[in-house]
Amino acid sequence: MRFRESASQTAGPYVHIGCTPNFCGIGGVYTEDLGSRMITGDAKGERITIRGTVIDGAGMALRDAMVEIWQADAAGLYASPEEARGAADPHFTGFGRRAGDYETGEWVFETIRPGPVPGPGGRMQAPHVTFWIVARGINLGLHTRMYFPEDDLSADPVLSRIEHRSRIATLVAKAEGQGAYRFDIRLQGPEETIFFEC
Amino acid sequence: MSYYARASGWHPPALHPPYKTSVKRSPSFAPVTMPQTPSELTGPAFGHGLFGPLDNDLIRNFGAEAAIGPRIVVFGRVQDEDGRPVPEALLEIWQANASGRYRHAKEGYIGAIDPNFGGCGRTITDAEGRYEFRTIQPGAYPWPNGPNDWRPAHIHFSIFGRAFAQRLITQMYFEGDPMIWRCPIVSSIPSREAVEGLIARWDPEATLPMDARAFRFDITLRGRRGTMFEGRP
Ligand SMILES: [Fe+2]
Repeated sequence: MRFRESASQTAGPYVHIGCTPNFCGIGGVYTEDLGSRMITGDAKGERITIRGTVIDGAGMALRDAMVEIWQADAAGLYASPEEARGAADPHFTGFGRRAGDYETGEWVFETIRPGPVPGPGGRMQAPHVTFWIVARGINLGLHTRMYFPEDDLSADPVLSRIEHRSRIATLVAKAEGQGAYRFDIRLQGPEETIFFEC
Repeated sequence: MSYYARASGWHPPALHPPYKTSVKRSPSFAPVTMPQTPSELTGPAFGHGLFGPLDNDLIRNFGAEAAIGPRIVVFGRVQDEDGRPVPEALLEIWQANASGRYRHAKEGYIGAIDPNFGGCGRTITDAEGRYEFRTIQPGAYPWPNGPNDWRPAHIHFSIFGRAFAQRLITQMYFEGDPMIWRCPIVSSIPSREAVEGLIARWDPEATLPMDARAFRFDITLRGRRGTMFEGRP
Protein backbone atom coordinates (compact mmCIF):
# COMPACT_ATOMS: atom_id res chain seq x y z
CA MET A 1 0.00 0.00 0.00
CA ARG A 2 1.63 3.25 -1.10
CA PHE A 3 -1.18 5.78 -0.78
CA ARG A 4 -3.83 6.47 1.82
CA GLU A 5 -7.50 6.43 0.94
CA SER A 6 -9.01 9.88 0.55
CA ALA A 7 -10.65 10.76 3.86
CA SER A 8 -14.42 10.80 4.01
CA GLN A 9 -16.44 13.96 4.62
CA THR A 10 -20.15 14.29 5.25
CA ALA A 11 -22.44 14.44 2.24
CA GLY A 12 -24.07 17.45 3.93
CA PRO A 13 -27.65 18.65 3.59
CA TYR A 14 -27.49 19.28 -0.16
CA VAL A 15 -26.44 15.84 -1.35
CA HIS A 16 -29.57 15.86 -3.52
CA ILE A 17 -28.10 18.52 -5.79
CA GLY A 18 -25.35 16.19 -6.88
CA CYS A 19 -26.96 12.80 -6.57
CA THR A 20 -30.70 13.29 -7.22
CA PRO A 21 -30.90 16.68 -8.95
CA ASN A 22 -34.24 15.99 -10.64
CA PHE A 23 -35.73 15.12 -7.24
CA CYS A 24 -34.68 18.49 -5.84
CA GLY A 25 -35.89 20.59 -8.74
CA ILE A 26 -32.72 20.87 -10.80
CA GLY A 27 -34.22 19.59 -14.01
CA GLY A 28 -32.73 19.45 -17.46
CA VAL A 29 -29.16 18.62 -16.51
CA TYR A 30 -29.52 14.81 -16.42
CA THR A 31 -32.35 12.92 -18.13
CA GLU A 32 -33.12 11.04 -14.94
CA ASP A 33 -31.64 10.59 -11.50
CA LEU A 34 -29.10 7.80 -11.20
CA GLY A 35 -30.52 4.71 -9.55
CA SER A 36 -34.13 5.81 -9.98
CA ARG A 37 -35.06 2.68 -11.96
CA MET A 38 -33.72 -0.71 -10.96
CA ILE A 39 -35.99 -2.75 -13.22
CA THR A 40 -35.38 -1.76 -16.82
CA GLY A 41 -37.35 -4.41 -18.66
CA ASP A 42 -38.72 -7.89 -18.20
CA ALA A 43 -36.57 -8.77 -15.20
CA LYS A 44 -36.95 -12.22 -13.70
CA GLY A 45 -38.10 -12.59 -10.14
CA GLU A 46 -40.71 -11.40 -7.69
CA ARG A 47 -41.40 -7.66 -7.62
CA ILE A 48 -41.08 -6.25 -4.14
CA THR A 49 -41.03 -2.85 -2.49
CA ILE A 50 -38.77 -1.79 0.34
CA ARG A 51 -39.73 1.35 2.20
CA GLY A 52 -38.38 2.93 5.34
CA THR A 53 -36.90 5.88 7.11
CA VAL A 54 -33.59 6.67 8.75
CA ILE A 55 -34.19 7.66 12.38
CA ASP A 56 -31.86 9.72 14.57
CA GLY A 57 -31.17 9.46 18.29
CA ALA A 58 -34.09 11.76 19.10
CA GLY A 59 -36.52 9.48 17.27
CA MET A 60 -36.87 11.87 14.34
CA ALA A 61 -36.81 10.67 10.75
CA LEU A 62 -33.99 12.24 8.74
CA ARG A 63 -35.41 14.32 5.94
CA ASP A 64 -32.11 14.97 4.23
CA ALA A 65 -30.67 11.47 3.90
CA MET A 66 -29.69 9.71 0.72
CA VAL A 67 -30.02 5.94 0.72
CA GLU A 68 -28.43 3.60 -1.80
CA ILE A 69 -28.99 -0.11 -2.21
CA TRP A 70 -27.02 -2.76 -4.07
CA GLN A 71 -28.30 -6.27 -4.54
CA ALA A 72 -28.14 -9.42 -6.60
CA ASP A 73 -30.71 -10.38 -9.21
CA ALA A 74 -33.20 -13.23 -8.76
CA ALA A 75 -30.47 -15.76 -9.56
CA GLY A 76 -28.05 -14.31 -7.02
CA LEU A 77 -25.82 -12.58 -9.58
CA TYR A 78 -24.62 -8.98 -9.52
CA ALA A 79 -24.85 -6.73 -12.58
CA SER A 80 -21.19 -5.79 -12.26
CA PRO A 81 -17.99 -6.27 -14.26
CA GLU A 82 -16.57 -7.68 -11.02
CA GLU A 83 -19.14 -10.49 -10.95
CA ALA A 84 -17.10 -13.62 -11.73
CA ARG A 85 -19.90 -16.20 -11.51
CA GLY A 86 -21.92 -15.44 -14.62
CA ALA A 87 -24.00 -12.85 -16.43
CA ALA A 88 -26.68 -11.12 -14.39
CA ASP A 89 -30.19 -10.37 -15.62
CA PRO A 90 -29.82 -7.66 -18.30
CA HIS A 91 -33.09 -6.04 -17.17
CA PHE A 92 -32.08 -5.46 -13.58
CA THR A 93 -29.42 -2.98 -12.47
CA GLY A 94 -29.13 -4.03 -8.83
CA PHE A 95 -28.43 -0.42 -7.87
CA GLY A 96 -31.00 1.93 -6.39
CA ARG A 97 -30.74 5.42 -4.93
CA ARG A 98 -33.38 7.51 -3.18
CA ALA A 99 -33.64 10.75 -1.30
CA GLY A 100 -35.98 10.73 1.66
CA ASP A 101 -39.27 12.60 1.25
CA TYR A 102 -38.84 16.26 2.28
CA GLU A 103 -41.73 16.04 4.78
CA THR A 104 -41.66 12.47 6.10
CA GLY A 105 -38.16 11.29 5.27
CA GLU A 106 -39.58 8.09 3.79
CA TRP A 107 -38.03 6.39 0.77
CA VAL A 108 -39.31 3.49 -1.34
CA PHE A 109 -37.42 1.15 -3.64
CA GLU A 110 -39.20 -0.87 -6.31
CA THR A 111 -37.02 -3.86 -6.87
CA ILE A 112 -37.02 -7.65 -7.05
CA ARG A 113 -36.36 -10.26 -4.41
CA PRO A 114 -32.64 -11.09 -4.58
CA GLY A 115 -31.37 -14.62 -4.86
CA PRO A 116 -28.78 -16.05 -2.47
CA VAL A 117 -25.12 -15.18 -2.89
CA PRO A 118 -22.16 -17.24 -1.64
CA GLY A 119 -20.09 -15.98 1.24
CA PRO A 120 -16.86 -17.00 2.92
CA GLY A 121 -15.74 -20.52 2.13
CA GLY A 122 -18.59 -20.91 -0.33
CA ARG A 123 -21.26 -21.05 2.37
CA MET A 124 -24.45 -19.54 1.03
CA GLN A 125 -25.59 -16.28 2.55
CA ALA A 126 -29.25 -15.64 3.14
CA PRO A 127 -30.73 -13.27 0.55
CA HIS A 128 -29.99 -9.69 1.49
CA VAL A 129 -29.83 -6.13 0.21
CA THR A 130 -26.81 -3.92 0.93
CA PHE A 131 -27.67 -0.41 2.17
CA TRP A 132 -25.44 2.67 2.26
CA ILE A 133 -26.66 5.79 4.04
CA VAL A 134 -25.27 9.31 3.94
CA ALA A 135 -26.65 12.58 5.30
CA ARG A 136 -25.73 15.75 7.12
CA GLY A 137 -24.09 14.73 10.38
CA ILE A 138 -22.90 11.35 9.04
CA ASN A 139 -19.13 11.59 8.61
CA LEU A 140 -18.55 8.26 6.87
CA GLY A 141 -21.25 6.52 4.84
CA LEU A 142 -23.02 3.85 6.90
CA HIS A 143 -23.04 0.34 5.49
CA THR A 144 -25.69 -2.13 6.55
CA ARG A 145 -27.77 -5.01 5.19
CA MET A 146 -31.43 -5.88 5.05
CA TYR A 147 -32.56 -9.50 5.35
CA PHE A 148 -36.03 -10.93 4.74
CA PRO A 149 -38.31 -11.99 7.60
CA GLU A 150 -39.48 -15.24 5.95
CA ASP A 151 -35.96 -16.61 5.47
CA ASP A 152 -34.02 -18.95 7.73
CA LEU A 153 -31.12 -16.77 8.86
CA SER A 154 -29.61 -19.27 11.28
CA ALA A 155 -26.87 -20.46 8.91
CA ASP A 156 -25.95 -17.11 7.37
CA PRO A 157 -22.14 -16.81 7.56
CA VAL A 158 -22.18 -13.04 8.14
CA LEU A 159 -24.92 -12.99 10.76
CA SER A 160 -23.38 -15.94 12.56
CA ARG A 161 -20.35 -13.78 13.43
CA ILE A 162 -22.40 -11.20 15.28
CA GLU A 163 -21.83 -11.47 19.00
CA HIS A 164 -24.85 -9.48 20.15
CA ARG A 165 -27.43 -11.96 18.92
CA SER A 166 -30.30 -9.73 20.03
CA ARG A 167 -29.16 -7.03 17.60
CA ILE A 168 -29.62 -9.23 14.52
CA ALA A 169 -33.32 -8.34 14.50
CA THR A 170 -32.33 -4.80 13.51
CA LEU A 171 -31.28 -6.17 10.10
CA VAL A 172 -34.55 -7.94 9.35
CA ALA A 173 -37.28 -6.14 7.40
CA LYS A 174 -40.92 -6.26 8.48
CA ALA A 175 -43.48 -7.66 6.06
CA GLU A 176 -46.32 -5.22 5.33
CA GLY A 177 -48.24 -7.36 2.86
CA GLN A 178 -47.39 -9.48 -0.15
CA GLY A 179 -44.00 -8.38 -1.44
CA ALA A 180 -44.02 -5.18 0.64
CA TYR A 181 -41.32 -4.67 3.25
CA ARG A 182 -40.43 -1.97 5.73
CA PHE A 183 -36.85 -1.46 6.83
CA ASP A 184 -36.32 1.41 9.25
CA ILE A 185 -32.72 2.25 10.04
CA ARG A 186 -31.98 3.54 13.54
CA LEU A 187 -28.77 5.46 14.08
CA GLN A 188 -28.92 5.27 17.88
CA GLY A 189 -31.07 3.98 20.71
CA PRO A 190 -32.00 0.54 22.06
CA GLU A 191 -32.77 -0.74 18.56
CA GLU A 192 -29.72 0.80 16.89
CA THR A 193 -29.20 -0.86 13.52
CA ILE A 194 -26.06 -2.93 13.06
CA PHE A 195 -23.60 -1.18 10.78
CA PHE A 196 -20.72 -3.02 9.19
CA GLU A 197 -17.15 -2.43 8.19
CA CYS A 198 -15.63 -4.81 5.69
CA MET B 1 -9.26 -11.07 -3.45
CA SER B 2 -10.13 -8.51 -0.84
CA TYR B 3 -9.87 -4.80 -0.20
CA TYR B 4 -7.47 -3.56 2.44
CA ALA B 5 -9.24 -2.88 5.71
CA ARG B 6 -9.87 0.77 6.48
CA ALA B 7 -7.33 1.84 9.10
CA SER B 8 -8.95 3.09 12.27
CA GLY B 9 -8.30 6.73 13.07
CA TRP B 10 -7.93 7.84 9.46
CA HIS B 11 -11.52 8.65 8.52
CA PRO B 12 -13.56 10.95 10.75
CA PRO B 13 -15.18 9.20 13.71
CA ALA B 14 -18.97 9.02 13.60
CA LEU B 15 -19.21 11.31 16.61
CA HIS B 16 -17.44 14.67 16.38
CA PRO B 17 -19.23 16.97 18.85
CA PRO B 18 -17.97 20.26 17.32
CA TYR B 19 -20.06 19.20 14.30
CA LYS B 20 -23.31 19.30 16.22
CA THR B 21 -25.50 17.30 13.87
CA SER B 22 -23.23 14.31 14.37
CA VAL B 23 -24.31 14.03 18.02
CA LYS B 24 -27.73 12.52 17.27
CA ARG B 25 -26.72 10.87 14.01
CA SER B 26 -23.68 8.86 15.08
CA PRO B 27 -24.11 5.17 15.86
CA SER B 28 -23.03 4.41 19.42
CA PHE B 29 -21.85 0.87 18.69
CA ALA B 30 -18.62 0.33 16.81
CA PRO B 31 -19.25 -1.11 13.35
CA VAL B 32 -19.30 -4.90 13.16
CA THR B 33 -16.43 -6.28 11.09
CA MET B 34 -17.66 -8.60 8.36
CA PRO B 35 -15.93 -10.58 5.62
CA GLN B 36 -15.96 -9.27 2.07
CA THR B 37 -18.35 -11.30 -0.06
CA PRO B 38 -19.53 -10.81 -3.65
CA SER B 39 -22.00 -8.26 -2.25
CA GLU B 40 -19.13 -5.97 -1.27
CA LEU B 41 -16.65 -6.99 -4.01
CA THR B 42 -18.96 -6.06 -6.85
CA GLY B 43 -20.44 -2.69 -7.64
CA PRO B 44 -22.59 -0.99 -10.26
CA ALA B 45 -20.94 0.02 -13.52
CA PHE B 46 -21.84 3.18 -15.37
CA GLY B 47 -21.03 3.12 -19.05
CA HIS B 48 -19.87 6.11 -21.04
CA GLY B 49 -23.32 6.16 -22.65
CA LEU B 50 -24.81 7.61 -19.48
CA PHE B 51 -23.23 11.00 -19.98
CA GLY B 52 -24.37 14.03 -21.92
CA PRO B 53 -21.74 16.32 -23.45
CA LEU B 54 -22.16 19.01 -20.76
CA ASP B 55 -22.49 16.73 -17.74
CA ASN B 56 -19.00 17.68 -16.53
CA ASP B 57 -19.35 21.40 -17.36
CA LEU B 58 -21.13 23.19 -14.50
CA ILE B 59 -20.52 26.55 -16.16
CA ARG B 60 -22.84 25.63 -19.01
CA ASN B 61 -24.94 22.59 -18.06
CA PHE B 62 -27.84 24.43 -16.41
CA GLY B 63 -28.63 27.82 -17.93
CA ALA B 64 -28.76 29.42 -21.35
CA GLU B 65 -25.79 31.64 -20.44
CA ALA B 66 -22.52 30.83 -18.70
CA ALA B 67 -22.58 30.82 -14.91
CA ILE B 68 -21.08 33.80 -13.06
CA GLY B 69 -17.87 33.56 -11.06
CA PRO B 70 -14.23 32.55 -11.33
CA ARG B 71 -13.93 29.96 -14.08
CA ILE B 72 -11.91 26.93 -13.07
CA VAL B 73 -10.98 23.44 -14.21
CA VAL B 74 -10.90 20.73 -11.55
CA PHE B 75 -9.03 17.68 -12.76
CA GLY B 76 -7.06 14.76 -11.45
CA ARG B 77 -6.73 11.04 -11.25
CA VAL B 78 -8.59 8.36 -9.35
CA GLN B 79 -6.23 5.68 -8.12
CA ASP B 80 -6.27 2.94 -5.52
CA GLU B 81 -4.02 2.65 -2.48
CA ASP B 82 -1.39 0.88 -4.58
CA GLY B 83 -1.35 3.75 -7.07
CA ARG B 84 -3.17 1.81 -9.76
CA PRO B 85 -5.56 3.92 -11.84
CA VAL B 86 -9.27 3.27 -11.37
CA PRO B 87 -10.84 3.49 -14.83
CA GLU B 88 -14.57 4.01 -15.28
CA ALA B 89 -15.00 5.44 -11.81
CA LEU B 90 -18.16 7.55 -11.63
CA LEU B 91 -17.63 10.97 -10.07
CA GLU B 92 -20.60 13.14 -9.14
CA ILE B 93 -20.02 16.60 -7.74
CA TRP B 94 -22.17 19.34 -6.22
CA GLN B 95 -21.39 22.77 -4.92
CA ALA B 96 -22.55 26.26 -4.04
CA ASN B 97 -22.29 29.02 -6.62
CA ALA B 98 -19.80 31.89 -6.54
CA SER B 99 -21.83 33.62 -3.78
CA GLY B 100 -21.78 30.51 -1.61
CA ARG B 101 -25.45 29.80 -2.33
CA TYR B 102 -26.83 26.34 -3.14
CA ARG B 103 -29.77 25.85 -5.44
CA HIS B 104 -31.93 24.00 -2.92
CA ALA B 105 -35.36 24.47 -1.32
CA LYS B 106 -33.92 24.18 2.18
CA GLU B 107 -31.12 26.69 1.61
CA GLY B 108 -31.66 30.03 3.33
CA TYR B 109 -28.42 31.96 2.85
CA ILE B 110 -28.82 35.51 1.51
CA GLY B 111 -26.11 34.94 -1.12
CA ALA B 112 -27.59 35.51 -4.57
CA ILE B 113 -28.86 32.67 -6.75
CA ASP B 114 -27.21 32.53 -10.15
CA PRO B 115 -29.94 31.77 -12.70
CA ASN B 116 -27.36 29.99 -14.84
CA PHE B 117 -25.85 27.76 -12.19
CA GLY B 118 -27.43 24.46 -11.17
CA GLY B 119 -24.54 23.13 -9.12
CA CYS B 120 -24.23 19.48 -10.20
CA GLY B 121 -21.90 17.66 -12.54
CA ARG B 122 -20.72 14.14 -13.24
CA THR B 123 -18.14 12.31 -15.28
CA ILE B 124 -16.34 9.00 -15.58
CA THR B 125 -12.61 8.35 -15.46
CA ASP B 126 -10.68 7.28 -18.54
CA ALA B 127 -8.37 4.26 -18.87
CA GLU B 128 -5.69 6.05 -16.81
CA GLY B 129 -8.16 7.05 -14.11
CA ARG B 130 -8.21 10.70 -15.20
CA TYR B 131 -11.18 13.03 -14.96
CA GLU B 132 -11.94 16.71 -15.54
CA PHE B 133 -14.69 19.16 -14.64
CA ARG B 134 -15.24 22.76 -15.63
CA THR B 135 -16.96 24.83 -13.02
CA ILE B 136 -17.11 28.06 -11.04
CA GLN B 137 -15.02 28.44 -7.92
CA PRO B 138 -17.61 28.19 -5.14
CA GLY B 139 -17.92 30.82 -2.43
CA ALA B 140 -17.60 30.23 1.30
CA TYR B 141 -20.90 30.20 3.18
CA PRO B 142 -22.20 30.44 6.75
CA TRP B 143 -24.03 27.51 8.29
CA PRO B 144 -25.98 26.87 11.47
CA ASN B 145 -23.65 25.07 13.88
CA GLY B 146 -21.76 27.40 16.20
CA PRO B 147 -22.75 31.07 16.40
CA ASN B 148 -20.60 32.07 13.42
CA ASP B 149 -19.36 29.03 11.52
CA TRP B 150 -18.43 29.31 7.87
CA ARG B 151 -17.55 26.54 5.48
CA PRO B 152 -14.37 26.98 3.49
CA ALA B 153 -14.99 26.93 -0.25
CA HIS B 154 -15.48 23.29 -1.23
CA ILE B 155 -16.83 20.91 -3.82
CA HIS B 156 -18.60 17.73 -2.73
CA PHE B 157 -17.49 14.54 -4.48
CA SER B 158 -19.28 11.18 -4.66
CA ILE B 159 -17.18 8.35 -6.06
CA PHE B 160 -17.96 4.82 -7.22
CA GLY B 161 -14.98 2.58 -7.85
CA ARG B 162 -15.35 -0.96 -9.06
CA ALA B 163 -16.67 -2.42 -5.81
CA PHE B 164 -19.31 -1.26 -3.36
CA ALA B 165 -16.61 -1.62 -0.69
CA GLN B 166 -14.88 1.40 -2.27
CA ARG B 167 -17.92 3.69 -2.14
CA LEU B 168 -16.92 7.11 -0.85
CA ILE B 169 -18.24 10.63 -0.44
CA THR B 170 -15.88 13.45 0.43
CA GLN B 171 -15.20 17.14 -0.13
CA MET B 172 -12.47 18.99 -2.00
CA TYR B 173 -10.95 22.19 -0.64
CA PHE B 174 -8.76 24.85 -2.24
CA GLU B 175 -5.05 25.37 -1.62
CA GLY B 176 -4.22 28.33 0.57
CA ASP B 177 -7.66 28.80 2.13
CA PRO B 178 -7.16 29.69 5.83
CA MET B 179 -10.79 28.77 6.58
CA ILE B 180 -9.99 25.07 6.10
CA TRP B 181 -8.27 24.99 9.48
CA ARG B 182 -11.24 26.50 11.36
CA CYS B 183 -13.99 24.29 10.00
CA PRO B 184 -15.72 21.84 12.38
CA ILE B 185 -16.45 19.50 9.47
CA VAL B 186 -12.85 19.47 8.29
CA SER B 187 -11.70 18.99 11.88
CA SER B 188 -13.70 15.77 12.10
CA ILE B 189 -10.73 14.29 10.20
CA PRO B 190 -8.19 13.25 12.83
CA SER B 191 -4.90 13.94 11.04
CA ARG B 192 -3.52 16.91 9.20
CA GLU B 193 -2.11 14.51 6.60
CA ALA B 194 -5.58 13.23 5.76
CA VAL B 195 -6.92 16.80 5.44
CA GLU B 196 -4.04 17.74 3.15
CA GLY B 197 -5.15 14.93 0.87
CA LEU B 198 -8.46 16.75 0.30
CA ILE B 199 -6.89 20.06 -0.73
CA ALA B 200 -6.73 20.68 -4.46
CA ARG B 201 -3.53 22.29 -5.69
CA TRP B 202 -3.47 25.24 -8.04
CA ASP B 203 -1.72 24.02 -11.18
CA PRO B 204 -0.46 26.93 -13.27
CA GLU B 205 0.75 24.55 -15.98
CA ALA B 206 -2.77 23.34 -16.59
CA THR B 207 -4.28 26.82 -16.82
CA LEU B 208 -6.42 27.37 -19.89
CA PRO B 209 -5.08 30.66 -21.30
CA MET B 210 -7.65 33.48 -21.27
CA ASP B 211 -10.24 31.04 -19.90
CA ALA B 212 -9.82 29.23 -16.59
CA ARG B 213 -7.40 28.47 -13.77
CA ALA B 214 -6.85 24.80 -12.98
CA PHE B 215 -6.86 22.88 -9.71
CA ARG B 216 -5.61 19.34 -9.42
CA PHE B 217 -7.40 16.95 -7.07
CA ASP B 218 -6.32 13.30 -6.99
CA ILE B 219 -8.56 10.79 -5.26
CA THR B 220 -7.50 7.51 -3.70
CA LEU B 221 -9.93 4.64 -3.22
CA ARG B 222 -9.35 1.46 -1.26
CA GLY B 223 -6.87 -0.92 -2.86
CA ARG B 224 -7.00 -4.69 -2.96
CA ARG B 225 -4.79 -7.65 -2.61
CA GLY B 226 -4.93 -10.77 -4.72
CA THR B 227 -6.52 -11.45 -8.05
CA MET B 228 -10.13 -11.61 -9.05
CA PHE B 229 -10.41 -15.35 -8.63
CA GLU B 230 -8.53 -15.93 -5.43
CA GLY B 231 -10.70 -17.04 -2.56
CA ARG B 232 -13.62 -17.86 -4.81
CA PRO B 233 -15.85 -20.63 -3.54
FE1 LIG C 1 -21.36 22.14 1.06
